[in-house]
Amino acid sequence: MVMEQILPEEIVYQRPESLVEVSTHYCPGCTHGVAHRLIAEVIDEMGIRDRMIGVASVGCSVFAYNYFDFDWVQAPHGRAPAMATGIKRVLPDRFVVTYQGDGDMASIGMAEVVHAAARGENITVFFINNANYGMTGGQMAPTTLPGQRTTSSPGGRDVETAGYPIRAAELLATLEGASYVVRRSLHDPKNIRLAKKAIRTALEVQAQGMGFSMVELLSICPTNWGMTPVDSLHWLEEHMVPYYPLGDYKVAPMVAQIRI
Amino acid sequence: MARELLKGNEAIAEAAIRAGLQAYFGYPITPQTELLEWMSKRMPELGRAFVQAESELAAINMVYGAACTGARVMTSSSSPGISLMMEGISYIIGTEVPAVLVDVMRGGPGLGNIAPAQSDYNQIVHGGGHGDYHLIVLAPASVQEAVDLTVLAFDLAEKYRTVAVVLLDGSLGQMMEPAELPPMRPVKTTFPEWAATGMMGKREKRNILTSIYLNPPDEEQTNLRLLRRWQEVEASEIRFKEYFMDDARYVVVGFGSAGRVALSAVRAARAEGIPVGLLRPVTLSPFPYEHIRKLAQRVEGFLVVEMNAGQMLEDVRLAVAGQKPVEFYGRLGGVMPFPDEILSEIQRIASGGLTLEGHPRERWLQRMNGKN
Amino acid sequence: MPVQGRIVVSDLYCKGCELCVAACPQHVLQLSPDRLTAKGYHPAELAGPGCTGCGICAVVCPEAAITVYRQKMPTRKAAEA
Repeated sequence: MVMEQILPEEIVYQRPESLVEVSTHYCPGCTHGVAHRLIAEVIDEMGIRDRMIGVASVGCSVFAYNYFDFDWVQAPHGRAPAMATGIKRVLPDRFVVTYQGDGDMASIGMAEVVHAAARGENITVFFINNANYGMTGGQMAPTTLPGQRTTSSPGGRDVETAGYPIRAAELLATLEGASYVVRRSLHDPKNIRLAKKAIRTALEVQAQGMGFSMVELLSICPTNWGMTPVDSLHWLEEHMVPYYPLGDYKVAPMVAQIRI
Repeated sequence: MARELLKGNEAIAEAAIRAGLQAYFGYPITPQTELLEWMSKRMPELGRAFVQAESELAAINMVYGAACTGARVMTSSSSPGISLMMEGISYIIGTEVPAVLVDVMRGGPGLGNIAPAQSDYNQIVHGGGHGDYHLIVLAPASVQEAVDLTVLAFDLAEKYRTVAVVLLDGSLGQMMEPAELPPMRPVKTTFPEWAATGMMGKREKRNILTSIYLNPPDEEQTNLRLLRRWQEVEASEIRFKEYFMDDARYVVVGFGSAGRVALSAVRAARAEGIPVGLLRPVTLSPFPYEHIRKLAQRVEGFLVVEMNAGQMLEDVRLAVAGQKPVEFYGRLGGVMPFPDEILSEIQRIASGGLTLEGHPRERWLQRMNGKN
Repeated sequence: MPVQGRIVVSDLYCKGCELCVAACPQHVLQLSPDRLTAKGYHPAELAGPGCTGCGICAVVCPEAAITVYRQKMPTRKAAEA
């Protein structure tokens, strides 16, 4: 007699514990959510949730603190790396991370991030580059591509008057104090996995006191780009990746020794 | 502790350290730079945090971050640098975390100069940042008082979870005077319950420190909470010093160095038999409105002396509320008044130069014609 | 026979963005044509058999809305016994 065998199940994936059980305010398909999830997964895996202090920025990620189940503070626009510095200097054994968009970090907060990196501040910056100011309704950002239409560059970004987009990872990588500066993208499963690995490495850099780490994540903004989420991923791959090549821009020799 | 000869800026720095300062963040600017320099040597020596920030904007936000851990933290600057810090001050107040700020004022507006002035009164006392808020503002008139008020500033900032400012002019910052430093207090080893320190197995719930309340009724509640706390400050923390006031018929009102110079003038006037006293507000905020209102019932008139164009003058006028004449004498742009200038103002008032008509600033401006 | 899996999509989080539908290597996901979440989105769901529990949908999901289950393969030893 052949009995139908009921095979036991295992959970392959479930929502990380470091995420709060609430729905986010992000638009459908927004990859802020992917970035949040990856960070939360890494924190769970490293078992460091109890020692985390997040610094939220201004922009769509202003409410990041609502979604991660650990302590947070909320910085003025662009000043997250300065606030993180203040926290880290008082509590050097905590994990201090900032979560900043491109307007926040690469425009109004450029001085703060550059000097935090130059000081080799032992903090981690997660930098979400979606090529526009999402929260205020899709204006031109320092990362908006040449010719890209936004609500404040309706004819497309004119480099004659508005200049060129800033490649933040390349810029920060020139600083001696920066130990780990990489760019990843969130447009497909393979790149998402690579992004997660970079987030892990960045937090390991901080765990080992190796100094400043920054992970730039190319991200989509379907609502302001005026595309479906799936089309947005394609647009990112076709237009953003060529201008913002993915890769490791600064990996200090001691960081290269880290094995995860 | 014995009295020793101390420079104002350095005395404030050492007083802060002895009050248990855990972290200092600042940016060089004259005339407060010695304060930062003192910190750069002493704080690392004691194993405490010191960062020379890339700007005042960064410095105040480092203070903001450290304040969110509940640590004793401060920054210092001078007028143009304080202008840059206004953003952070508003956020710190909005988040209800304690911090201490030292403003060693210089001449302005703009780059101005590096000479002593009191023209930050409005931006500090009446708020240069956005939103409804009040700072606790302490105005010393000597190095010893600067030391004492610096220690008090930390205690008040923590008690009311707000920003306490030590407001002085460049001459006090640069002046050397004998003063006694407080004993060294131990640095705190615990952090308050509300602080963002990481949960560290001690809390189930995460702490979120923010100044954003997107729902207007929540923001209104926050504003009301801040105001009610401010009422407590007003009820218990008003401080002022009085000199020769028992039988005074005229009152000179001045804070900080202007008050100190005015005291010399008042002494000289007393020697001439003029019944004049001095009121020197020590807390500019909360301001001794009620005390001045009551004084106005028994004296004949007021002379406000400031190293600005009459900023505290408006608060005195508000307190006097037209009961008695108020006169004004000020020097601007980094010029300090001499005692004999103030003495001649006292003489003028005592010999009938008082009126309820017009505005004291206009009369003063007329008298200033040809003076400079 | 390929490994069998299944997913559970949380209606609390799912916003019907379709990223999982596009990413599914087995093409077995769809947005529910008739169900709505409390926020008014058509949530993702399995359209039919064929899920292998590979977890790609969870990798691309911006809402961490998907729990992925996979049948445990019997160990070789157990199979031989």
